[in-house]
Amino acid sequence: MLWDEKLVEENAKTKNPLGEGRVITYTQALQEALVLKLKQDSRVFLLGQGVDDPGGMFGVTRGLKEMFGAKRVFDTPVSEEGMTGICTGAAMTGMRPVYFHNRPDFLLLAFNQLVNHASKIHYMDAGKTSVPLVIWSAIGRGWGSGPQHSQAIQGLLLSVPGLKIVMPSTPYDAKGLLLGAIEDNNPVIIIEHRWLMKQQGVVPEGIYTIPFGKGVYRRRGEHLTIVGTSQTLQLALAAIDQLKAEEGITADVIDLRTVKPLDEAIIFESLAKTGKLLVVDTGWAMGGVCAEVGCLVAEKAFHLLKAPIRRIGLPDAPSPAGYTLEQFYYPTDVTIAQTIKEMVRGK
Amino acid sequence: MIKYQYRGKGPEHLLALARNHERAQLLALFFTMLRIRMIEEAVESRYHEDQMKTPIHLAIGQEAVSAGYSAALEPSDYVFCGHRTHACYLAKGGDLKAMFSEFFCRANGCAGSRGGSMHLLDKSVGMMGSSAIVAGAIPLATGSALSSYLKDEKRVTTVFLGDAAVEEGVMWESLNFALLKKLPIVYVCENNYYSVCSPIEYRQPPVEICKKAEGFGALSFSVDGNNVLEMYEIAQRAVAHAREKGPVFIEAHTYRWRGHHGSGDDSHTGYRDVQELALWQSQDPVLMMKQVMYSLGYLDEASERVMREKIELEIDAAFEHAIHSANPVKEDLCKFVYSEGDTHVVG
Repeated sequence: MLWDEKLVEENAKTKNPLGEGRVITYTQALQEALVLKLKQDSRVFLLGQGVDDPGGMFGVTRGLKEMFGAKRVFDTPVSEEGMTGICTGAAMTGMRPVYFHNRPDFLLLAFNQLVNHASKIHYMDAGKTSVPLVIWSAIGRGWGSGPQHSQAIQGLLLSVPGLKIVMPSTPYDAKGLLLGAIEDNNPVIIIEHRWLMKQQGVVPEGIYTIPFGKGVYRRRGEHLTIVGTSQTLQLALAAIDQLKAEEGITADVIDLRTVKPLDEAIIFESLAKTGKLLVVDTGWAMGGVCAEVGCLVAEKAFHLLKAPIRRIGLPDAPSPAGYTLEQFYYPTDVTIAQTIKEMVRGK
Repeated sequence: MIKYQYRGKGPEHLLALARNHERAQLLALFFTMLRIRMIEEAVESRYHEDQMKTPIHLAIGQEAVSAGYSAALEPSDYVFCGHRTHACYLAKGGDLKAMFSEFFCRANGCAGSRGGSMHLLDKSVGMMGSSAIVAGAIPLATGSALSSYLKDEKRVTTVFLGDAAVEEGVMWESLNFALLKKLPIVYVCENNYYSVCSPIEYRQPPVEICKKAEGFGALSFSVDGNNVLEMYEIAQRAVAHAREKGPVFIEAHTYRWRGHHGSGDDSHTGYRDVQELALWQSQDPVLMMKQVMYSLGYLDEASERVMREKIELEIDAAFEHAIHSANPVKEDLCKFVYSEGDTHVVG
C-alpha cells in the first residue's frame, strides 16, 4: 500500500466516530448525497474524467452509471475549459450539473469559464439566469503528486464574486454540504481532500443540508481561537487535543465549512473571549484563506486582539514531489501544536 | 492590395434564389436586414455624443448572416453570440428599446446596465448569452444543446462566432463534445477576415475554416454571407439537421464595413486596403436584396419609403425611451451577484 494511503487508513481506524448513529465513510456519505439527488431531481447529472471508471472518483461515483444510466452519469473528453463552459450552459438552461475532477489543479484550465462566465452570468443579465453548477475536486496531497497534482487553489478563487467555495472536513458535512451545493442556484466549488476520503463518521440517512456561510465549533476552549477547514482543521484538532491532555491548553476550534461565503460573526464571537487567532489552511498562506481571515480580523475586530494573528498555510513555494521535501512543506499536528504553544505562552 | 476577394456569386444568384421564395418571406428578410442596417447607422450617427457609454461593435455589412440565419429558427430556439451582438439580438427578435436603454446605461436596459453593447441578453426571445471573451460563448451554447439532449427537447441552439474564435482551443473542445453526443447545435462562423486589425492570413494557415470543422466530423457548409437567401437556405438545412441528427458548422464569408469597434471606417490606419472595403461595399447585402426586390416587383419607391419610415419611427421612439429612462441607483450595484431563488425556468 502507498505510504500516504496507509496513513489515511490508520487515521480512519484510530479516529472514533463522534456521537450516536449510523457510521459510514466519507466517500459513502458523498455517494449517498449524489444518489439522493439523482433520484429526487431529474435535472441533476454527473460528469467528469473517469466518473464511470473503476476508480470512480475515490469511489464517490462508483456504480452510479449502472444505477442511473450513461445519459446522466458520463465520462468526458479531456477538455476542462470546454466542459466547464458546457456545464455552465447546461446550468443556464435548466439543468443541475455536478462536474467532478480528481484534482483541483485541473480547474486552472477552466478559469476562463469559471471566472469570466459561470460566476458572472447571473449578474450580467440582471438576475434572470442562474447557474446552478457544482464543481467537485479533491486536493491530491501525497504519493509524490507534486507541483501540478496536489495544489489547493481555493485562495485563487476566493476573490471571485459569484462563486461559492465549500471545504468539508467530516463525512456528515461532506454529505450535507454537497446536498446544499446541488440545491444552490449558484456555481459552487467543492474542494475536498484526498486524505479525508476514508474517514468514518456519523451520517444521518436522507436529505439534509448544511447552510453556507455558517461555521461550527468543533472544540470549545479558553486560550485561543483556531479557524480553518478541511484536512488542516483535522490536524489542528489533533494538536489541540494533545495539548489539552498534556498541558491543559484549550481552544475554540472553528470549522468554517465554507470559505466563501465566510462566517465572520463566529470568528468575532470567539475572539471576544480568547483574543488570540490562529488561522490554518490547506492552501498557500499568502493571499488565501489565511490572509483573508487575518485581514478581516485586523480590519473589523482589531480591538479584540491581545496578540498578533498567526497563520499556518503553505510556504510561498510550489508543492514538491519528493517525499522528504513534502515533509518540510506541509504543516503537521506537531508544527501546529508548536505554534499554539508559542501563542499561549506569549512568545 | 486587396487581400480578401468577394467569393460569392453576386446579385444574379440572389435573384435566381429569390424566385424560389414567396414574396412575404422575401419582404420579411429584407425588412430584417434593412432594420439592422438603419439601427446600426443611427447608433453610429449619435455615438460621438458620448451618451452611449459602451464599446459598440457594429454589424454594418454583415446583416445578411444574422437575418438570413435567424429566419430559419423557431422562436423557442436559443442563440448565443460573441461581442458583436446587435444584429444577432435584433434578428432573434430582441427589443430595440431595451437595447438602446442598455447602450445608454439605464436601469431598464436589457441587461440592467451590467452588460452593455457586448452583452445583450434577453431570455424572453431566446437570446441566451454573449461573451466578450473570444470563443467564450461557444461552450455555453454547447451546454445549452446538452440540456436539450438531456431533456429530450427538439430545441436547437445556435452560436455565432467570429473567424478568430476558431483559434481558441475551446471551439474544438466544444465541437468534439457536441459531435460525441450528437447535440442539437449549429456553429455559425462569420468570417469577416479580420480580428480587430489582424488579417486572417497572419493568424491561420490557408485552410478553410469549414474544412477544419469537417475534419472533426461535423456537417459543414461554406456560404456567401452577403447573400441573405443563400444564408437562409443553408440555415434551414443546418437547423433541420441539428434538430434531428446533430451538430452543423457554417462558415459565412462576409465583411465588416466599420472598424472593429466604435463608429466609422478605420481603413486609413493601413491594416486593410480601402479598395478592399470598396470591393465588398459593391456587394452590399442590403442593396443587393433591395435590387432583387425591385426587379421582382415586390418593392417600389413608395413601399420602401413606408418601410423606412416605420423603422425610423421605431428608432426615434427607442432613443426617446432610452434617453428618458432612469439610471441605476447605488443599491443596484451589488444586486444579483448571487441567485437566491429558483430563477432558471425558461420558456
